[in-house]
Amino acid sequence: MAHSFQHTPTPQEIADLQTRELDSICVNESELVHPWWYNLKYSAWGVLFGIVFFKAEIISWFRIQEMFRFESFHMYGVIGTAVVVGMISVQLIKRFKLRTIYGEEIHIPNKEFNKGQIFGGLLFGLGWAVTGACPGPLFAQVGAGYSVIIVTFLSAWLGTYIYGVFRDKLPH
Amino acid sequence: MIETLKQPWTWYVAGALIGLTVPYLLLVGNKTFGISSSLRHLCAACIPGNVKFFKYDWKKESWNLFFVGGIAIGAFLAANFLSNPDPIVLAESTQQYLATKGITDTSSLLPAQIFSWDQLFTVRGLIFFVIGGFMVGFGTRYAGGCTSGHAIMGLSSLQWPSLVATMSFMIGGMLMTWFILPHLLTL
Repeated sequence: MAHSFQHTPTPQEIADLQTRELDSICVNESELVHPWWYNLKYSAWGVLFGIVFFKAEIISWFRIQEMFRFESFHMYGVIGTAVVVGMISVQLIKRFKLRTIYGEEIHIPNKEFNKGQIFGGLLFGLGWAVTGACPGPLFAQVGAGYSVIIVTFLSAWLGTYIYGVFRDKLPH
Repeated sequence: MIETLKQPWTWYVAGALIGLTVPYLLLVGNKTFGISSSLRHLCAACIPGNVKFFKYDWKKESWNLFFVGGIAIGAFLAANFLSNPDPIVLAESTQQYLATKGITDTSSLLPAQIFSWDQLFTVRGLIFFVIGGFMVGFGTRYAGGCTSGHAIMGLSSLQWPSLVATMSFMIGGMLMTWFILPHLLTL
């Protein structure tokens, strides 16, 4: 492991981590420091992911309409299969105490309940049915050449920013 | 082979590949799957301002940006080399319903009658791009995740708050589809 070393967190980094733990999805548990191109393995999977999004028509506004109108099984099948495969994988990782390819222990942070999951969740659901896209498909739609979705994307970015600004005033 | 790949992919193939993202990210780098966080990292990277929520070392999370960059590239490749030339096959009832609302063009994955540049400066554009996008960005961060972070990663690791979030997504989506969208589509 010539490119990596165990890294002791500084007080600033610990403060960072605590801020990020407010929503655990953002927490990066890896202690290893790698050169930037190690990240290309995430891009590679992203490419496969983008192809699947396009080919299974998950980025289609029409498929989302069908889903919310209960007129097609397709999206339920996709999400349901993904959850089952993910669940089995997580169980196997835990059962066999698998480690990362760099030998680190795998850690899955717990998500704490807060009211944001209800209020924010409802708001996201409303937006999902209008735009026909969750954040992943937004990237895929732009990539697939639906250039006007850049506007939707910028708007979603602004939405995230405004949330950050008013976070302390919102019920959680 | 290429001809088969050009057909729309079945739900279980797509679902399995998406589900495998969970162990892939865990095994190659101890990362938990989640896409909407990328929007937060973009805020932290580009416009942190004086907002505590965006003051963290986003570079440590940059894997997420590499991942979503890959998604855009993958969709570009699929759209240009594996695209299905036929119109999208919709449930008959959905198609009939949308036709009553004037949405008849099913030649593309997104209805050109809504999602095109000439709609941008109309009431429709304001609702479908600007307000819709805002709700997605604000709502996912408020909820602490989206379909990937909560519905797939969260449910896979048996976290009940993610079940609450996923149910909220679905209720919000149904409220919009059944009670609000019928009025918005005819604007």
